[in-house]
Amino acid sequence: MVSVKSRSKRKMFDKTIIKQAIIDSFKKLNPKHLFKNPVMFLVAVGASLSTFFIIKNIFIGHYSGFTFQIIIWLWFTVLFANFAEALAESRGKAQSDNLRKTRTQTTARKLVDKSEVIVPAIDLRINDIVVCEAGDIIPSDGEVVEGAASIDESALTGESAPVIRESGGDRSVVTGGTRVISDKIIIRITSDPGGTYLDKMISLVEGAKRKKTPNEIALSTLIAGFNIIFILVIITIRVFIEYYQTADVNVSQIVPVPVLVSLLVCLIPTTIGGLLSAIGISGMDRLLSHNVIAMSGRAVEAAGDIDVLLLDKTGTITLGGRMASSFIPEKGVPIENLADAAQLSSLSDETPEGRSIVVLAKEKFGLRGRDITKLDAHFIPFSAQTRMSGVDIHPQNNEIKRIIRKGSADAIKKYVEENGEKFSAGVQEIVNYISKAGSTPLVVSENNIVLGVIELKDIVKGGIKERFAQLRRMGIKTVMITGDNPLTATAIAAEAGVDDFIAEAKPEDKLRRIRDEQASGKMIGMIGDGTNDAPALAQADVGIAMNSGTQAAREAGNMIDLDSNPTKLIEVVEIGKQLLMTRGALTTFSIANDVAKYFAILPAISTFIFAKHLTDGPLSVLNIMGLATPQSAILSAVIFNALIIVALIPLALKGIKYRPEGAASVLKRNILIYGAGGLAAPFIGIKLIDLFITAVKLV
Amino acid sequence: MITINEIIQAIFYIIALIAIAPVLGGFIAKVLNGESNFLTPVFVVLEKTIYKFSKIDPSEEMDWKLYTYALLTFNFFGILILVLLQLFQAYLPFNPQGLPNVEITLALNTAVSFVTNTNWQSYAGETTLGYFTQMIGLTVQNFVSAATGVAVLLVLIRALKTRKGNTLGNFWVDLTRTILYILLPLSIIWAVLLVSQGVVQSFSSYKEITMLEGGKQIIPFGPAASQIAIKQIGTNGGGFFNVNSAFPFENPTPFSNFLELLAILLLPASLVFAFGNLIGAKKHAWIIFGVMLFLFVSGLTVSIISEYSTNNVFNQSGLMEGKETRFGIVNSVLWSTATTAASNGSVNAMHSSLSPLSGLITMFNMEIGEIIFGGVGCGLYGMLLFIFLTVFIAGLMVGRTPEYLGKKIESHEVKWSIVAILLPSAVILLFSAIAMKTNAGLSSLANAGPHGYSEVLYAFSSAAGNNGSAFAGLNANTAFYNLMIALGMLIGRFGVLIPVMIISGGLVKKNVAPASAGTLSTDNFLFAILLTGVIIIVGALTFFPALSFGPILEHLLMGEGLTF
Repeated sequence: MVSVKSRSKRKMFDKTIIKQAIIDSFKKLNPKHLFKNPVMFLVAVGASLSTFFIIKNIFIGHYSGFTFQIIIWLWFTVLFANFAEALAESRGKAQSDNLRKTRTQTTARKLVDKSEVIVPAIDLRINDIVVCEAGDIIPSDGEVVEGAASIDESALTGESAPVIRESGGDRSVVTGGTRVISDKIIIRITSDPGGTYLDKMISLVEGAKRKKTPNEIALSTLIAGFNIIFILVIITIRVFIEYYQTADVNVSQIVPVPVLVSLLVCLIPTTIGGLLSAIGISGMDRLLSHNVIAMSGRAVEAAGDIDVLLLDKTGTITLGGRMASSFIPEKGVPIENLADAAQLSSLSDETPEGRSIVVLAKEKFGLRGRDITKLDAHFIPFSAQTRMSGVDIHPQNNEIKRIIRKGSADAIKKYVEENGEKFSAGVQEIVNYISKAGSTPLVVSENNIVLGVIELKDIVKGGIKERFAQLRRMGIKTVMITGDNPLTATAIAAEAGVDDFIAEAKPEDKLRRIRDEQASGKMIGMIGDGTNDAPALAQADVGIAMNSGTQAAREAGNMIDLDSNPTKLIEVVEIGKQLLMTRGALTTFSIANDVAKYFAILPAISTFIFAKHLTDGPLSVLNIMGLATPQSAILSAVIFNALIIVALIPLALKGIKYRPEGAASVLKRNILIYGAGGLAAPFIGIKLIDLFITAVKLV
Repeated sequence: MITINEIIQAIFYIIALIAIAPVLGGFIAKVLNGESNFLTPVFVVLEKTIYKFSKIDPSEEMDWKLYTYALLTFNFFGILILVLLQLFQAYLPFNPQGLPNVEITLALNTAVSFVTNTNWQSYAGETTLGYFTQMIGLTVQNFVSAATGVAVLLVLIRALKTRKGNTLGNFWVDLTRTILYILLPLSIIWAVLLVSQGVVQSFSSYKEITMLEGGKQIIPFGPAASQIAIKQIGTNGGGFFNVNSAFPFENPTPFSNFLELLAILLLPASLVFAFGNLIGAKKHAWIIFGVMLFLFVSGLTVSIISEYSTNNVFNQSGLMEGKETRFGIVNSVLWSTATTAASNGSVNAMHSSLSPLSGLITMFNMEIGEIIFGGVGCGLYGMLLFIFLTVFIAGLMVGRTPEYLGKKIESHEVKWSIVAILLPSAVILLFSAIAMKTNAGLSSLANAGPHGYSEVLYAFSSAAGNNGSAFAGLNANTAFYNLMIALGMLIGRFGVLIPVMIISGGLVKKNVAPASAGTLSTDNFLFAILLTGVIIIVGALTFFPALSFGPILEHLLMGEGLTF
């Protein structure tokens, strides 16, 4: 099975994809399809009128090679726009074909009255129960109800390291299309056919269910407005020219229907009109190549608008767990004793913190892992009531029984004081000192005597500070959410470079913060994975759920990150912004282009006015490009207009370059490239085409 | 050749405008915000009496629909009353000349013209309308049509300022306050100053005098100064006398000329600063003012250069035909540029006699929608529509849903901005085309070729822009032109005004987002360039062909020694 990840590496213009796109661009000539795009519909109507005109003229014995060429290029304009859209779509289709194969070929071992029945995966319904063993492909989305298994999710994420999925808790979600590598699990199906992630991905990639986003609708309105303006201009030009009609000049020969149509086609924003849907489709595509599924295009666009980003500390800003960084003993206790007790208590503590204590003890004091069975040790796991964990070692060789406990300062204090011992002021001082530094103190006691404190440090992810600085330059404020106390939170916030934090955050705190920020007009992005994040994810304008997260979280968010990598939001924001920028830039380019086209077309149709020899009227001074003849001027403008669509397809598909900068510098650069460039490019392009078609005597 | 004196006069005019507008704008902001000001003691009793007498509850807040309904009803009755006054003026008092009832299409045209703040005059003031019609009909509309513009602007300001609200103020209160505290005091000051310069203000009948060479001449009189003050202050422009401010009784001295010239741009420019104060974006207001001033000075410069270039036909520069020798060329084009920039429409020189390129400037000023300062209120709200478009296109380019002053500019705003920009443009292009396709249209032309073409294009540009000035030459007092121009004026006024109200109704409901580094800034030089670019490109793309066949062609033909 082809992994989704490899798609991003595929070449933009694969031969088979181009072939399919060419076929589709003809299929898209269907008026029903064209009607959805007002600009191209108008071009197609114009091209049809002109075609009708030339056929009519052929019947009455007139044929003009010039008119014929114009009509060819008018149709090309439509085809090129169709091609852009088809290309964007077929790139997505090629990607989804593999996914679909998995979907249809998979069978499921459905449990019916405790016996297994083999059924096709596509027949599964919500609440069906299926069994999956090592080697099976999970037939549909579901929840593990029994057992645990390691699962290869590379089909979705491209990540080859298997993940553990088990019943209960936050890691019970499995996704259709992934493969069980070991063990056996029983799964309750949670999606009907068509509603699974795989199905959603397929339809998203193919652009089948693409709805226009709010900004796209607004832009379409603007484009439609320009269409109407230019229709008015063209109709009235015909009348204004007629005002100057004389006995020797017949206006219907100067500006026949095909010429009027080509004027219109040159002026209406065909560039952006032709590329608009390709931009939207490829935006979704780019998002998917970052392994993020967006539930709607609206969410992607909203990502570009985010003002405030709420991030969970753990796993996002810091590495999953805290790491032991030092042992600080109570006065009079040798540091080795503390390290020894700490190591013993952590030997079977599988949490990252526990393991880091063992590692630190080994690194600093050479304490090797000991055989637990020989020690006759009884481990006490962490419990919510005592908020401690530890180990009881039964006496051997006349040693006394060792009762080792580690836990938060409060818990150990309560524990030792209950047993009649003291929690010294010195230890309290160490605890305070560590807290102030932003670390977590873990107090260790043996037989009710406090030995000292382990300092657990949050390890801030490498490079995260730079990313936050990047976000700040983009105008996005970062807020860290943490369950830590304010002291710890302050230190980590400073180290990570976030703008603000919420300490000791409860789910309702997150929700309140989001609501407050929204009330002040801000757009909020939030990344979360736990069930308790679900309300906040739903409330946020952009909620990204980790694929590893709970079902509730995944349903509440409007995007899912298949890699479960929280810093992904930065890429999502960039894609959202890039989408809007590409649309804005091409619109500017398209409209700026018109200036040059006027200077090509207007003199071409008005040189006869007050002319002594038909084409030397005073308005020919407007021919500042020095185009050879009126015919070559019109044809060059139409050809340029059609070719520029093709030329800009790569830009539409890739999106314009994004740099994390403030609005002012982004705008300055885009105006310079697409505004000024849009003014200049057609002057050069039209002149070159004119030189070429005059040289090869096309007109 | 242009003289230093003339250049100094032009510069002095601009400096006076820059100096006075922010100060007056600050005062206007106070008035519009309902704060008490130094005029409150003078007018507050009158204001309260008006509310009491009209049964208006000044604390009643209207949503956009109710506000629009009140405004349209008020304007509808304005037109109706004005039509009736003209139709029956022979039976009304204060008609010492015994002027007859007005023909119905002319009456309708004139009524629409004054209610829409256009003041297009198909009639000749002194030979058509009696004093009663002029004062109760026209002068009243000079006040209320300007105040209507301010009211709509105020609605848009409130819509931009309010967070998630619904109501947009009270039309009757806005109307009353604007008239009492802004228009009336300014008009009184101007009227007194003008009378001091010799502008007539009298109810006596016209005098017939014997001239030196023995011929007879009728000298018209009338309550002119009071109407001229408001016609200039309220960007109305409808002269008391037919030749408007070229007539010595309307505009006797260089100082009166300066006063009237200043009054053209005074309120529109001040409202930009009032807007900045009210919305808390003073720097942004300076940017808007800067863009307007830049466009104004550019147009003025082109006009002056064009007037002073050598005319190939006469081999002479600085032609005085159609201009007042008392004012000279710079004061004439200063006026022609200002009056078309500001939707005023008064003239002190005949625009038909301007050089083709200065004529082009006057037409372009009107065609882009009267937004270079523009009409009172409507100039700024027209400009704001262009700002919405600029913010939208530029906002996309910075990668965010476009925002203006914290309000998201989305499909609703874009759609209605486009409609408001499109409708007047459609009137100019389509109506001109219709006139050129029909005998009814073509038979009114006084000249052939591009000059005749310009007469038509100018007339509809003036109507759609609610300017009211005429190119002269065109015989507009025909049923065809009276009706077409009346329709054009209505579309030009309400085709913009109603979309602005709809936009306001949508904007007021939106939240105000705080600015961040990712937000497009609207108070820097870059935005000024962008806004200027959008205005010129949208204007040029729409009207470049139409203008090429008129003034540009005429200019080129003049170079070949051909005139019309």
